[in-house]
Amino acid sequence: MTPQVDEALLRSLVPGVLAILGRRGADFAAAEDAVQEALLEALRVRPADRPRDPKGWLVTVAWRKFLDATRADAARHRREERIEREPGPGPAPAVDDTLQLYFLCAHPSLTPSSAVALTLRAVGGLTTGQIARAYLVPEATMAQRISRAKRTVAGVRLDRPGDVATVLRVLYLVFNEGYSGDVDLAAEAIRLTRRLAAAVDHPEVAGLLALMLLHHARRAARTAPDGSLVPLAEQDRGRWDTELIAEGVDILQAALARGRPGEFQAQAAIAALHADAPTVEETDWAQIVQWYDELVRLTGNPVAELNRAVAVGEADGPRAGLAALAALDDSLPRHAAVAAYLHERDGDTATAARLYAEAAGKAPSLAERDHLTRRAARLNARRSR
Amino acid sequence: MAKYLLLKHYRGAPAPVNDVPMDRWTPEEISAHVRYMQDFAARLERTGEFVDSQALAPEGTFVRYDGEGRPPVTDGPFAETKDLIAGWMVIDVDSRERAVELAGELSAAPGSGGKPIHEWLEVRPFLTAHPPTTE
Repeated sequence: MTPQVDEALLRSLVPGVLAILGRRGADFAAAEDAVQEALLEALRVRPADRPRDPKGWLVTVAWRKFLDATRADAARHRREERIEREPGPGPAPAVDDTLQLYFLCAHPSLTPSSAVALTLRAVGGLTTGQIARAYLVPEATMAQRISRAKRTVAGVRLDRPGDVATVLRVLYLVFNEGYSGDVDLAAEAIRLTRRLAAAVDHPEVAGLLALMLLHHARRAARTAPDGSLVPLAEQDRGRWDTELIAEGVDILQAALARGRPGEFQAQAAIAALHADAPTVEETDWAQIVQWYDELVRLTGNPVAELNRAVAVGEADGPRAGLAALAALDDSLPRHAAVAAYLHERDGDTATAARLYAEAAGKAPSLAERDHLTRRAARLNARRSR
Repeated sequence: MAKYLLLKHYRGAPAPVNDVPMDRWTPEEISAHVRYMQDFAARLERTGEFVDSQALAPEGTFVRYDGEGRPPVTDGPFAETKDLIAGWMVIDVDSRERAVELAGELSAAPGSGGKPIHEWLEVRPFLTAHPPTTE
């Protein structure tokens, strides 16, 4: 019996196969195309019939694809001869190869959407079709986005380590995309961040991984069966994944102990304090406000200030929250939603209902718009009774 | 990574700078215009930003439910309708600034005299399905 080789295993092999082709002298763009083709060929085979040594198989097929592509290109004639005389497979891929691949795919010369697409294909081993469906664009567009990204990084030399912050930014974007198409992007982001955390010892990598685990742990409770949003305060905490929470908290505590704070550790700390509360009433809002202070200090991000106003409203009462909100620019996204919530807590139903309706009109997502409309409707119904 | 609709109006948008109806252009000017639109879409495909482009017939019908077991009621077309959509392009870009930049280029499509039409295009962001997980 041939052991069943599943898609997840095949995909996890992609960076290593890419590294072997690179060591045999293939340039990144051509090697990446060849590996993608080999992967597609492997995926076409029924799982039960897939080769016993999938990595060796992928290397062989990808190398053949690479040589075919190179041969087909007459202009590359001389180079082809050189490559054909290259020695066989090099040593097993080192951890550094994977890390370099992350840096290359998240290179600062790439736009965020290009970096995301290239990372998902070259590091994540997703097919162009899967990435296109996940981001709801035509496959041809996604293919062009990826080739263009590869052309952009073609001249990049990776003799120095890149900036890990650029990689984290890309993984954070993937995580936040959630679930669409046939790929669970949040789970994919977690897988890629785990792999990065294994390759590089950095407290912010750990912080991001912890943040993802802590949010992912609440995913089942975040939406009702009809797809509507369930706010944190109303979530069934019995549906939170306690194993993921425990793992996230452990990773975060080890990171914080290093004494090198960063925005992802601060965000994870806030998520951990929520996860730690058995009921919403037992939430340690005072500590959450302190972490938001830290987050604002680290990033100056106005979205953090907006969330901080909500936390202040819980810690010191809605009036204090409204006072914190008054200092912020009211053109910020979700400003009206926060104001509505604080006015509702303050008992000013009329203002809250008006602001919820206003916030619904400005909501950047369908789920939020429906949620805010329902809240406005509920308050209006209560007032007219 | 956000989708925007670039909406082209037959009517309802402010008047373009080069405001000559298309049936008064020369055939060559029309061809140049069509070629510009095709080239624009092809270029966006190469930059990995193209999602969709469609044109609509100007005449449509209003339809509504008319109760259980009854056929839908139809009405129109209404010649006097103020706003009339001619078509659209959907793009997937990294920022609102990029969406505005591209709408500006699309609005430069040549019209009468081979000069840019400077027509007004409406730029509308798509709502995403869900909010970001971590916010």
